[in-house]
Amino acid sequence: MAIDRAEIRAWLEANCPPEMRTSGRGDEDLCWGGRRWVFQSEAQRLWFERCLTRGFTVPTWPKEYGGAGLSREDAATLTEEMRRLHARPPLVSFGISMLGPALLKFGTSEQKAMHLPRIARGEIRWCQGYSEPGAGSDLASLRTKAEDKGDHFLVNGQKIWTSYADKADWIFCLVRTDPAAIKQKGISFLLIDMATPGVSTKPIVLISGKSPFCETFFDNVAVLKANLVGTLNRGWDVAKYLLTHEREMIAGGGSNLFDMHALDKAAQRAAGGAKLNDPILRAEIARAAIDTYASEATRLRYLAEVAGGGELGARSALLKYDGTELNKRRHELAMSLAGAEALYFDGNGGPGQDVAQGWLRSKGNSIEGGTSEIMLDIVAKRLLELPSE
Amino acid sequence: MLVLNEDQKLLMESARGAVAAKASVAAFRKLRADAAGEGFSRDFWRECAEMGWTGVLIPEAFGGLDFGVVGAGLIAREMARTLAPSPFLSTAVLAASALTRGGSAAQKSEWLARIARGEAIVSLAPPESATPSARAERIASGWRLDGARHFVLDGHVADAFLVAARAEGEEVLFLVAAEARGLKRDARTLVDSRRVASLTLAGVEVGSDAKLSGGAALIEEVVDIGRAVVSASLCGLAEEAFRRTASYLKERRQFERTIGSFQALQHRAARMHIDIENAWSASLKALEAIDARANSRPFDVAIAKSKASETACAATAECLQMHGGIGMTDEFDIGLYLKRARVESVLFGDAAFHADRVATMLGY
Repeated sequence: MAIDRAEIRAWLEANCPPEMRTSGRGDEDLCWGGRRWVFQSEAQRLWFERCLTRGFTVPTWPKEYGGAGLSREDAATLTEEMRRLHARPPLVSFGISMLGPALLKFGTSEQKAMHLPRIARGEIRWCQGYSEPGAGSDLASLRTKAEDKGDHFLVNGQKIWTSYADKADWIFCLVRTDPAAIKQKGISFLLIDMATPGVSTKPIVLISGKSPFCETFFDNVAVLKANLVGTLNRGWDVAKYLLTHEREMIAGGGSNLFDMHALDKAAQRAAGGAKLNDPILRAEIARAAIDTYASEATRLRYLAEVAGGGELGARSALLKYDGTELNKRRHELAMSLAGAEALYFDGNGGPGQDVAQGWLRSKGNSIEGGTSEIMLDIVAKRLLELPSE
Repeated sequence: MLVLNEDQKLLMESARGAVAAKASVAAFRKLRADAAGEGFSRDFWRECAEMGWTGVLIPEAFGGLDFGVVGAGLIAREMARTLAPSPFLSTAVLAASALTRGGSAAQKSEWLARIARGEAIVSLAPPESATPSARAERIASGWRLDGARHFVLDGHVADAFLVAARAEGEEVLFLVAAEARGLKRDARTLVDSRRVASLTLAGVEVGSDAKLSGGAALIEEVVDIGRAVVSASLCGLAEEAFRRTASYLKERRQFERTIGSFQALQHRAARMHIDIENAWSASLKALEAIDARANSRPFDVAIAKSKASETACAATAECLQMHGGIGMTDEFDIGLYLKRARVESVLFGDAAFHADRVATMLGY
């Protein structure tokens, strides 16, 4: 049975606190949950708890795991209504966007019962351990090893680019369980409690001055075998599913248009009711707008095409490439619009530093979650079926 | 939204089959070779009428299908795949929507019915930003028109024209029969081998019943319909040129490898595919906005025409490059797509023209 849009709208109107109806500063102002989570405001707590009672922290998950059991279409309705209010998501986490879908598909009933409700309730914060210093785009060459010790694995190695690992409680990892097998064949998908002795993290300072990413080290970490997800040595299947899902989530998020509106507004402010006085910059912003609105139409078309069933599959790589490249382009233009004002970087006020932060952050968009070059490889090989040799 | 319904899918599939069978690229080449000919096939146009395409935007009361602008866009996109030349855009899209929306009862019952039956070709001569408008002055029997119009699609064969002229301070459309005294047309051949006409109006007298209602707003809406349908056609050109190029990349061998295995070409092909997908999404959105009579219509249309114009020109040029030397030959088809794309990119405003409109609509 489809949800009632009017009822949802009324409920959101009544329950979403005014403070939660702004986008805020992105990641920093969102509720991530976890063992060490402290709500940043009463409004944030209220909004989270109210959504929790309706299963809206994980709307599409089954009710038994704390979700609302919504179909994809109903979830889209909820998203639209939330967007209408500019409502923030009540809870974000890699448990919701990444691990959850993988567990729902590959997890044992024990794993689902243990982890999914804790993710839904924001009790456990997860991070993702995929990349390694020697395994970036060529992820399958990863070397963190998990040796079979009877009832447990002994994990040794290093991960890198683990988002918010220093704040996370558990990590889902790709580890090598068969060193003799070639590449993809000997990899397994393992869940590890970050409180286990031998796990340590070290934040990486990025070009923006911030540290959303860490290095994560495993030094003789014992992990019970019950934490293996899917079949031994078949972790690559889980990882691929999860990556596709991650790109679909990015694609489904509508963040492109959101950011476009920000650039539109900045251009309007700079124009002050007339035409922007730099005609070349004006043309470039207009071209970026055209490409963004056209790309957004593709995203909506693909989502509409799969609304009745089916998956985006390799088309998610197309959307990921296009969305992130456009985002970088818009941030360059935002810097051009702001001019010298965007160059002050001493924390002494002014809007410039936020523009610069966003610009520097955007450079990672086309690297994280699969580089643009890998996305183009996927489009060429899987969608266009161009040959390998 | 943005998903074709069953009727639209059927229309698209039958159109694809029909143009492949009856208006192939080879047929276009024959028309092109006949310099003294009309530039399109009357037989094919009759078949278009039998399939209902001439009446795709005409109400059922006047013998049309009233299928909607999405349907018209789908037909134009399929015709573009084989470069089929026909008066579809001038007559079935522009004139039919102008008459349906602004024609008098008498104009509708005469001209819409004839257009639907495939028995009349009617060309729209909209205002041009670059040249002064034609003028219409009141006379005892109706109106007298003076001025010139250029680049009138199918103007060389039209039975009647819808001429935009400034009357009492406003741009309005007048229905003018081709044989009207004082009307002169000069046929020109374009770079893509299609024909247009330049019109000269010297004291052309028409009755007071020749004026369409709706004024400048009607003209703008009709031109937007034309823009959206041309956008769909541009997508058809780009998609077909790209389809042929992707096949070529999978066949052609150099350095003991299939050239499509080179990453440099794969990435360029992938980016081209993405642009073409986006151009079609934007075009479909614009077509739907017109059918839905949405307020966003002018914006959606400007996005679509700008994106489709830029994409089709860039993609056909890239497709030619990927074919290497053979792409430069007249014998090979890819150049025909390049030329057609350039012509259609200019129709009713090119990419830069619409980018300027987008900036203005967004308030900068």
